[in-house]
Amino acid sequence: MSKGSWVAWLPIAVACAAEDPSPKRQQELANLLQQDCGSCHGLRFKGGLGPPLLPEHLQGKPDILLVETILNGRTGTAMPPWRGLVTESEAAWMVERLRSNKTEP
Amino acid sequence: MKFPFFVAILATLGHMPSSAAAELRGTGDLGVIVERAAGRVQIVDTSQRTRIGEVAQLGDLSHATVVFSRDERYAYLFGRDGALTKIDLLTASIAKRLEQAHNSVGGAISQDGRLIATSNYTPGGVKVFSAGTLDLVADIQAAYGEGQTSKVVGLVDAPGHRFVFSLFDAGEIWVAELKIGQAPVVQKFKAGKEPYDALMSPDGRYYIAGLFGEEGLAVLDLWNLNAGVKRVLPDFAKGDDKLPVFKMPHLEGRALVGDYWFLPAVGHHELWVVDRRSWQIVKRIALAGQPVFVIARPDDRQIWINYALPDNDRLDIIDTRDLAVVKTLKPGKAVLHMEFTPKGEDIWVSVRDDDTVVVYDTETFEERARLRADKPSGIFFTARAHRLGL
Repeated sequence: MSKGSWVAWLPIAVACAAEDPSPKRQQELANLLQQDCGSCHGLRFKGGLGPPLLPEHLQGKPDILLVETILNGRTGTAMPPWRGLVTESEAAWMVERLRSNKTEP
Repeated sequence: MKFPFFVAILATLGHMPSSAAAELRGTGDLGVIVERAAGRVQIVDTSQRTRIGEVAQLGDLSHATVVFSRDERYAYLFGRDGALTKIDLLTASIAKRLEQAHNSVGGAISQDGRLIATSNYTPGGVKVFSAGTLDLVADIQAAYGEGQTSKVVGLVDAPGHRFVFSLFDAGEIWVAELKIGQAPVVQKFKAGKEPYDALMSPDGRYYIAGLFGEEGLAVLDLWNLNAGVKRVLPDFAKGDDKLPVFKMPHLEGRALVGDYWFLPAVGHHELWVVDRRSWQIVKRIALAGQPVFVIARPDDRQIWINYALPDNDRLDIIDTRDLAVVKTLKPGKAVLHMEFTPKGEDIWVSVRDDDTVVVYDTETFEERARLRADKPSGIFFTARAHRLGL
């Protein structure tokens, strides 16, 4: 494909599917999830200052709600907005990881 | 009849500490480093700057904190998963361990060293145990409102056989007097919205809680409980919006320098200098990011500061004579905690994502040592045993 047509497909590709981050970035995000999210939600996501994030707690909550919570935080609570530190597709990858309860980076 | 006697001798030998055959040693220069993901702690010697032992199988240590027995022999480790473990520093072994809650954030040891208290999120409240046996002595539920219970934070010991702590959800500060054989006597005070942590003045008189749900600090004077909680609040400039907080400040003693408190702001990238007489904020020092720990060197000449994401790779050092940042260090990725040696010539710094603890000379800022540690978080030295409120 020429460079031009590849770029034209990019926004749709991003919108349709959470493109997996690179292996190195996956490692960073997995570490962030366990260590930094884990600071409030527990290293094993059983909760702390923040609520537990085990699969049973996320069931019934749509992906878009969870991704939005990660990016924008929750006003009136201690959950900060992570937009700028993670992208939308990275947040989606993290949600998927939480749902499958992979806790080790 | 010789057989049981013989077995008893063998059993005794089996339990003899391995160090009994080696040189006798003291514990005054020892410490504990929490390896948060591995469920393990290292025991370190701050004179030699080395690891001398480790204790494993300690569960979820993601926010683990430690207090020390009065004789500096034992470390009491409070795990995130609610486990309370008494560790023998000399034999590097578990003396006693129990599950006391589902979710816990810290603990304290009483003025006389006889009681251990735990600060619990779930079930919300404070449990008190005998420091010797870890038998349960009291269970103070953090009840409020209509049958609700609150997470407990900022638990410290205080003179008069008391523990002081804050209820995050209830917005209260409680003072509990505990004497063995008597039920706890609890006084409750309205503090402000969402106290997230607290510290105690070195003399055990002033309990200062940081508020998350509103601006400012809440102060309780234990010599004047009738006066209730005092609020400390800066004049905010217009447009002084709150910034996102990726990690709460952690209030830990050692913040009083002469007549001034040095306290981290939450939601603002600054340090507040508070006059201890008037409780006025006399200076706001701009910082690089959201401060997490703000700790004075034992001689009060420096304040060391670490930060939350995204600035958690740096340390700033303020000179208290000039009230300016005089040095910035970048030890590595994710600087979580720091601890001064008892007289402050060295500082040990945990660098989580580099799996390292760095020891700096606090005068020259040179690195004195690097120790390997698996995702290190809290560092605690035995000298804490003799400080009120630590």
